[in-house]
Amino acid sequence: MSIDRIIGYALRSWFILALVFIFVPIVISFIFSFSPNRYPTLPLGGFSTGWYELIMNEAPVPRAFGNSIKAGVMVALISTFIGFAAAYTDYRYRFFGKNFYLALALLPPTIPVLILGLVMLMYLSRISLVGELYSVVLAHVVYCIPFAMALIRLRLAQMNPDLESAAWNLGANSWRAMREVILPFTLPSIFAALALTMAVSFDEYMIAFFTGGVTETLPVRVLALLQGQVSPRINAIGSIVFTISMSLVILAQILLLSRRSGERNVAAGGK
Amino acid sequence: MRKVDGYALFWGAPLALWQLLFFLAPLVFLVVITFWTVKNFRLEADFDTINWVKMFSKSYVIDIYFRTLYYGAIAAIICSILSFPAAYALAFKASPSIQRIGIFMLITPFFTSYLVRVYSWQTVISDNGLLNGVFGFFSFGPIDMLNTMFGTMIGYMTLTLPLVILLQFFSLSNVDKNLIQAAHNLGCGRLRTVFLVIIPSAKTGIIIACTFAFILCFGDLVSPTSLGGSNPPTLSILIVDTVKQGNNWPRAAVVAVVMVLTLIAVAFTALYFAYSLKKSKA
Repeated sequence: MSIDRIIGYALRSWFILALVFIFVPIVISFIFSFSPNRYPTLPLGGFSTGWYELIMNEAPVPRAFGNSIKAGVMVALISTFIGFAAAYTDYRYRFFGKNFYLALALLPPTIPVLILGLVMLMYLSRISLVGELYSVVLAHVVYCIPFAMALIRLRLAQMNPDLESAAWNLGANSWRAMREVILPFTLPSIFAALALTMAVSFDEYMIAFFTGGVTETLPVRVLALLQGQVSPRINAIGSIVFTISMSLVILAQILLLSRRSGERNVAAGGK
Repeated sequence: MRKVDGYALFWGAPLALWQLLFFLAPLVFLVVITFWTVKNFRLEADFDTINWVKMFSKSYVIDIYFRTLYYGAIAAIICSILSFPAAYALAFKASPSIQRIGIFMLITPFFTSYLVRVYSWQTVISDNGLLNGVFGFFSFGPIDMLNTMFGTMIGYMTLTLPLVILLQFFSLSNVDKNLIQAAHNLGCGRLRTVFLVIIPSAKTGIIIACTFAFILCFGDLVSPTSLGGSNPPTLSILIVDTVKQGNNWPRAAVVAVVMVLTLIAVAFTALYFAYSLKKSKA
């Protein structure tokens, strides 16, 4: 019995160690973004918001921040719409070439972002669509659709398949059944998909680096600084990036966990 | 099955259009461009196998290819081994509410700030970094960690650990608890139960997790450059160097095509083993 307990403690400690390994760099970056010193030392030399003031007064950072926000919102809206449409198509229809259709929908994240970025650069530059913010959006949508589609498809899988046909039998046409049954039921996952795809776009550096050219987003700024000397600017920019993308990912998860609310909406809408 | 109507087209077409135009077409173009040539720094449409011949005749390219395979495989195996006790603890030694928190703590970092975490590791493991500062306090070191294979591996683990623990956890929590109980009742020891009952039942998920780790590490650029010091190079570093030097897109495309084909081959082999082994057990 006591050996069981020791093993239990050891296993749990291992899990906590793994979490420490995962979170320590994030915490360190956050802490040292407030350090007045150039090189990280312990104990901290004091508290300063100097690095944040510095990056906010360097033109590239606020501009990159604006670009990231704009691109993130566009990517979220487009990829969530396409992801929803594809998830619904997969849920409702059987058709010739469906496996190919699903492969197109789900494969992009299995291709390394470096290659995806390079491919996009080569292709988009042939059709003169490279180097602008919309180039980043085009490419990010390809990468983000699978996440949106997966979230919404999982939600549709939880739906009673008779609900939609019940609406048809009660005289609703396809569009009305979509509006009054499918949409309310999938709403939490749609919002979760919006948040998650925006987070993925906001955090993605490689595709954005290749397709954006001089139009930098915030993570591309980090990438540029990473290749230079040690600079605590990265800590400051990084802390901004991960505060935003983490908030979005957390929001997505909270939306998915509160799934009961969606069911109540359908029940109310169905009356 | 009804005829395809406007409603079906409205929902079905956007994905097909977007991914054909901006995913499949670029990939096809990637293959096409490997046969083009560069003359006076200008790309010309052509049908020449020179890029393939040149890239495959260089022994250092072959070396880099096998090194990258090796790095990816080592990282995937280390990550699977390190993850297993953690996934096991979460699946069998945690209450449902702790499990929810654990999943939450793993999903969040997987989607965020890989780049920043790699930078942060730089400051932790560099020669005058935090870790060597601690070592110095106990008057040993400094130990070279940055710009070594150890550094690269730290980066790879940062990239893969959350995902692999999660995937292993999901497959472990699907293991039939009665099976484990039965093994205990029949006098099967703890370790033997893990290796003879639990791991075989969760094999599919464990292999898939390991494959994902390989895919992520095989194509990663950030860890081998920023933590491994770009030396020795991996295929991703080779791609970037080829693009930078003389803008030789066709040869970079050759490397990219080879990488994608390798990933497809690895993924299919892994899926074959993941599912066939499961069937033979059942």
